Amino acid sequence: MAYGTLYGMTYTIEAHGLVKRYGARAALDGFDLAVPRGTVHGLLGPNGAGKTTAVRVLTTLLRPDAGTARVAGFDVARDGREVRRRIGLVGQHAALDEALSGRANLEMFGRLSHLRPKAAGRRAGELLDRFGLAGTGRKAVKDYSGGMRRRLDLAAGLILSPPVLFLDEPTTGLDPRGRAEVWAAVRALVADGTTVLLTTQYLEEADQLAHRVTVVNEGRQVAEGSPEELKKTLGGDRVEIVVHDPADLPAAAALLGPSAETDPDTRRVSAPAPDRMATLTAVVHDLAASGIAADDVAIRRPTLDEVFLHLTRGAA
Amino acid sequence: MNRLTWALADGWTVTRREVTHWTANPGQLVAGLLFPVMVLLLFAYLLGGGIEVPGGDYREFLLPGMFAMTMVFGLEGTFTAIGNDVTKGVTDRFRSLPMASSAVVSGRAAADMLTTVLSLAVLIACGLAVGWSARNGLGDALAAVGLLLWLRFALLWAGIWLGLKIRNPEAVMALQILVWPIGFLSNAITSPATMPGWLGAIADWNPLSSTAAAARELFGNPGWANDTWAAAHAVELALAWPLVITAVFAPLSVRAYRNLSR
Repeated sequence: MAYGTLYGMTYTIEAHGLVKRYGARAALDGFDLAVPRGTVHGLLGPNGAGKTTAVRVLTTLLRPDAGTARVAGFDVARDGREVRRRIGLVGQHAALDEALSGRANLEMFGRLSHLRPKAAGRRAGELLDRFGLAGTGRKAVKDYSGGMRRRLDLAAGLILSPPVLFLDEPTTGLDPRGRAEVWAAVRALVADGTTVLLTTQYLEEADQLAHRVTVVNEGRQVAEGSPEELKKTLGGDRVEIVVHDPADLPAAAALLGPSAETDPDTRRVSAPAPDRMATLTAVVHDLAASGIAADDVAIRRPTLDEVFLHLTRGAA
Repeated sequence: MNRLTWALADGWTVTRREVTHWTANPGQLVAGLLFPVMVLLLFAYLLGGGIEVPGGDYREFLLPGMFAMTMVFGLEGTFTAIGNDVTKGVTDRFRSLPMASSAVVSGRAAADMLTTVLSLAVLIACGLAVGWSARNGLGDALAAVGLLLWLRFALLWAGIWLGLKIRNPEAVMALQILVWPIGFLSNAITSPATMPGWLGAIADWNPLSSTAAAARELFGNPGWANDTWAAAHAVELALAWPLVITAVFAPLSVRAYRNLSR
């Protein structure tokens, strides 16, 4: 299989300068992406940033106005059918026939993926087992819980054991248990070598699942890296003091030096902690000497939420 | 298998989905089949007593009208099903599979034709039970059934187009209600000659009226003396109208389907 290569790396999903306009608005405005084989790649961005549009272009559902994209070695515009043989798509809605049973849904999608009747039946059984739906395979989907629906939807995206899987907000609207179920399923897939492109609104999800993350804003990539790398762009670890009495905030800030930042709402002051433990020890020592009453002192890593807000500031 | 065989196989898979719906939810199927029967009984026994057909029995006149009206009401089923699949993302899932893209439409078309045949069979059986009959022999009766299905086939395309175009639930509801005046503004229940002039003219030219009048002619049931050009050329119009509808809506449907990727 001819996979695209760039700088000697092999990419399973590649996009160059994708543009998709709706009237005057550009949903994608020069979007680039490169996802190595066998990794989970997160697409993060505010609502309307173009994440779903990107997924729809990469899964051949939408024709781009400009730019090119290759998935599993095939051009999405020219070789749509070849691309569709190699991808699974799990969209934002559970795209299932509500009136049919879970098994009947999987068999139908299997037949439409051109499995023989027997193979489609066998595959449906395997997937129901794998996603813990074996006992509910004959029940109509409309009687499924949200988590069960999502798992079935995921199963439907996996009928052909596709090398590339697109997950568009796979856990939106799920409770924590449903979310954990989906995460476990995605981890198992990656262990089998599947390449996954995941869009999500939950940064924790990207942090948990994604090897690399692309932050999208206004149809363009604004940052790319591993979650750790992205967090470092905010200046690395910080030491943080929560004072008991807000009146002590200026004194605590003085203690942390000129780069301290104060947040009166949470009675918090913080400053960069390049030396981590050494900085923390010094701060604890100084605090004790100053007699300021602190509720908490800690070294804290920036969250992906902060990175996200920093990178997409000013967006919707 | 080659492309064409796959297209047929995929279409059949989509059709079978509908048949599975019947077995999974027989109540809905039965309700769907009984609805035209209810309308039939309503007009035949409750309202029909007050309607007199010159030179014939009202029920003899009514039945072909009900058959044709059922063809038109089938439109609702088509656009509701197509619209549901689009909004729920099922159409997108189909489009992300390596299946023949024509199957989404051809499968739906075949499924709706099956439903129509079933529904027509039930209605014909009820007609026979209330004293209606086809008096011109089997050949003409089959020709009448053919014309009825021809109208339904044409309306499939209108339904597919509407389903692809009209997404929001309120608009779908409005459309479902609008099918009613289209059904009643015809010669299905009563003669356009009894309506105010301009309304009668619209009813006269309603494709449903042509099919109903042609079916009356072929079944040998009483028409209702109405000497307009449209009434005099019912069979020709019953052939031509569906052709026009198909010629307009089939390309529009194909375009709307392609435009899903825009």
